[in-house]
Amino acid sequence: MSSVYFDHNSTTALKTEVLEAMLPFMASQHGNATSRHSFGRTARAAVEHAREQVANAVGAYANQIVFTGSGTESNNFAVRGICSNLDKGQILTSAIEHPCVSRPALAIQTSVMQAKSIHVDSNCNINLAHLQKLLLTPTSLVSAMLVNNETGVIQDITKVAEIAREHKAYVHTDAVQALGKIPVDFFALGVHAMTVSSHKIGGPLGAGALVLDKRIDIQPLLYGGGQEKGLRSGTENVAAIVGFGAACDLATKNLSAFDVHTANLRDHLEIGLAKLNAVIFGYNGFRIANTSFFAFKNVEGETLVTALDKAGFAVASGSACSSDSTEPSHVLLAMGVPEDLARGAVRVSFGLSNTVQEVEHFLLALKQQLTRLRNLTAVAA
Amino acid sequence: MANMNQTDRPPIYLDYSATTPVDIRVAKKMIPYLTEHYGNPASRSHPYGWTAEKAVENAREEVAKLVNADPREIVWTSGATESNNLAIKGAANFYASTKGKHIITIATEHKAVIDAVRELERQGFTATYLEPEPDGLVDLAKFKAAIQPDTVLASVMLVNNEIGVIQDIEAIGNICREAGVIFHVDAAQATGKVKIDLASLPVDLMSFSAHKTYGPKGIGALYVCRKPRIRIEAQMHGGGHERGMRSGTLATHQIVGMGEAFRIAREEMASENERIRMLRDRLLAGLKDIEETYVNGDLSHRIPHNLNISFNYVEGESLIMAVKGIAVSSGSACTSASLEPSYVLRALGRSDELAHSSIRFSIGRFTTVADVDYTVELMKSKIDKLRELSPLWEMFKDGIDISKVQWAAH
Amino acid sequence: MAYSDKVLDHYENPRNVGSLDKNDPNVGTGMVGAPACGDVMKLMIKVNDHGIIEDAKFKTYGCGSAIASSSLVTEWLKGKTVDEAYSIKNSAIAEELALPPVKIHCSVLAEDAIKAAVADIKAKQSAKATA
Repeated sequence: MSSVYFDHNSTTALKTEVLEAMLPFMASQHGNATSRHSFGRTARAAVEHAREQVANAVGAYANQIVFTGSGTESNNFAVRGICSNLDKGQILTSAIEHPCVSRPALAIQTSVMQAKSIHVDSNCNINLAHLQKLLLTPTSLVSAMLVNNETGVIQDITKVAEIAREHKAYVHTDAVQALGKIPVDFFALGVHAMTVSSHKIGGPLGAGALVLDKRIDIQPLLYGGGQEKGLRSGTENVAAIVGFGAACDLATKNLSAFDVHTANLRDHLEIGLAKLNAVIFGYNGFRIANTSFFAFKNVEGETLVTALDKAGFAVASGSACSSDSTEPSHVLLAMGVPEDLARGAVRVSFGLSNTVQEVEHFLLALKQQLTRLRNLTAVAA
Repeated sequence: MANMNQTDRPPIYLDYSATTPVDIRVAKKMIPYLTEHYGNPASRSHPYGWTAEKAVENAREEVAKLVNADPREIVWTSGATESNNLAIKGAANFYASTKGKHIITIATEHKAVIDAVRELERQGFTATYLEPEPDGLVDLAKFKAAIQPDTVLASVMLVNNEIGVIQDIEAIGNICREAGVIFHVDAAQATGKVKIDLASLPVDLMSFSAHKTYGPKGIGALYVCRKPRIRIEAQMHGGGHERGMRSGTLATHQIVGMGEAFRIAREEMASENERIRMLRDRLLAGLKDIEETYVNGDLSHRIPHNLNISFNYVEGESLIMAVKGIAVSSGSACTSASLEPSYVLRALGRSDELAHSSIRFSIGRFTTVADVDYTVELMKSKIDKLRELSPLWEMFKDGIDISKVQWAAH
Repeated sequence: MAYSDKVLDHYENPRNVGSLDKNDPNVGTGMVGAPACGDVMKLMIKVNDHGIIEDAKFKTYGCGSAIASSSLVTEWLKGKTVDEAYSIKNSAIAEELALPPVKIHCSVLAEDAIKAAVADIKAKQSAKATA
């Protein structure tokens, strides 16, 4: 594939060092980590080493890490697992959550446990006053993401957790888009549960984790052989877990390089975008460095993404998970962006492998495609 | 005489029922999807996503082909544990209001099935855990008798993980169809070992795993029958992947691996099973000379890969310790962290002692004749040594009936 | 489960395996445990006229730690008086073999076996004295 990859918030290429760490566990070291013979013990030791690596990357202890199959599973596990041990109290999720947080909340809601949405402002920041107001009703769980996948806006989760705890609610944060991009410290955030995922940080697909405050009572999603101290049954995906661990080490090591490098790329991009009169979403929010989410008035996002793809640039029109649907981004609607502008949204998300030259080429291609598309629309009108 | 020095070589792997190595052909097919074609298959806007999606759909076809199903009937999961949980909780919850809240399963099922049913019991369902016959097989009349007017679901495994016996799924399925009971089958231990024809089998839901069939860990599938159409309530919500039945980003490389593993299984299972049967028979012939050994489970309705034997008057943990030269399991790997005797063997009516002294040998694609011969010699010498140490063996040799001895509890 | 080097040594090379003549009036036998619990220990001691243990033999059905515990005590018993033998504590056995918490019961069983063997020899001797 010759196209330039600007879709790192969707998934990332596996890092060579990560693949090297994984390969033995795809071949000769094939043991089941629960087996007691030497194959099993080697697999177990590798899983426990990876647990240390993940713990180090998120500022937690190894015994707080529960490995799962994905970020989606971790989020479902957190929302369902925490709420199913409580018989009442509403579930609050922010309006910009990924569906794998908001949907399970809706799925388990009952007459005494209603799912409600916390408003955000036009900069994609959680409206803390609205949260305070909602918390006047007894609440079991507040779930708010650390970094939004579309706009890249970073939430003040420490503050959210502080407010929620004052009202005796549990707090979960989806930190999938934060890991590897900003420092993530479980204890400093003050949450009870936190989701992280491997494939967004150069690790393989197929591994995620839920970081847990050991004092909370959580019900498993999967029952069976009792792996992960009974919290997540199922044979450990040793190779993916090892890859996740290795990717965490690299992410920590590259954290500042990632920030400096992608911030530079984004500055280049957004100076260019301003010249083309783009609307940049969340621009006044506090954003991670690699993400730019923007639209042009009267240009349909899906059409622009397809045109850019033909020109050799892989970008996203919304979050990949919901890109089956043609609905405008729920994140933008929650920020109060008008529906027609929201339909124009395009997301660029950089990685360490991208270059300034690629950005310059992208801006040229973008300008050409915009002119072409506007001419077409003008002709049609 | 084989070399009995255990330290100068890696142990011989005879634990293929716990997990299998990834076939090198599978690994080669997977790696490009880790490094080069790393797109998210749900990304519709660029070729990275399309390539991944195409690979996922090819793999779905391969999985469907092995079991003669329609690709649209295959839902990806993270493994057989998730498939079993999704099938059992998903179908029971969906049909509870129309069919009822009683579930039938077998006492020798995998923990993932038993514990999913127990979770439903906590939610207000009732359950029957049917005891199999001493040979491990389900008695059809007893199964039929267990069905109640409010039975919503039955779950029976095709191949048992500990003793390898094969249940008569067709007959059990027909009983379920007649009674209007949803029928789930855990086939994690069956793929590539027994022929599965879902176009003709009366099965509504079937669980699969990749890592028991030379594919990677962390990926599995659930067959959800379209004719008659079976509905399940999703257990994991999110982006609405897999037609809403199972959300979560798909791990393309693992799916590709499962597809390739199942393709190889389809093409090679006939000849492979013959070779494995020859090895198992050779192993059995070698071990049955040892006095006081008991094969657990029926030998004729059984996959050729499995041999589960109890060595009387030898304690299981010390036996495992003695046979470090081979990697085998005592009881299922998933529960071997505990010191409890195998619940499967207990359900067959085996005494605690015999259950404690059982070893599961599971043979696979890379097992050789030399491996089997080494194993026989190793077992013979170690059993001799441990029996030399065993006061129970001494009593047995003196003609004392150990079951009649009054043991002081401690 | 990881075993200590000492457990492995006794397990690989058990000392004093075997039996003594149980009908010998100078031989005491202790058999403790139960097959259903996964361990049975049989310990035999031969005591001379000065009350000193001259020989000790064992057979054990059980895990590596149970075998090691009984093998170790046969070494300790030789040359001890019956009363000294009686005062051996399971904690000393567990400490010597570095047994993990889940295996402490093996050392308890070994202590019980010593006490049972001592009780048996004392019963035999008092029977002889009254005869």
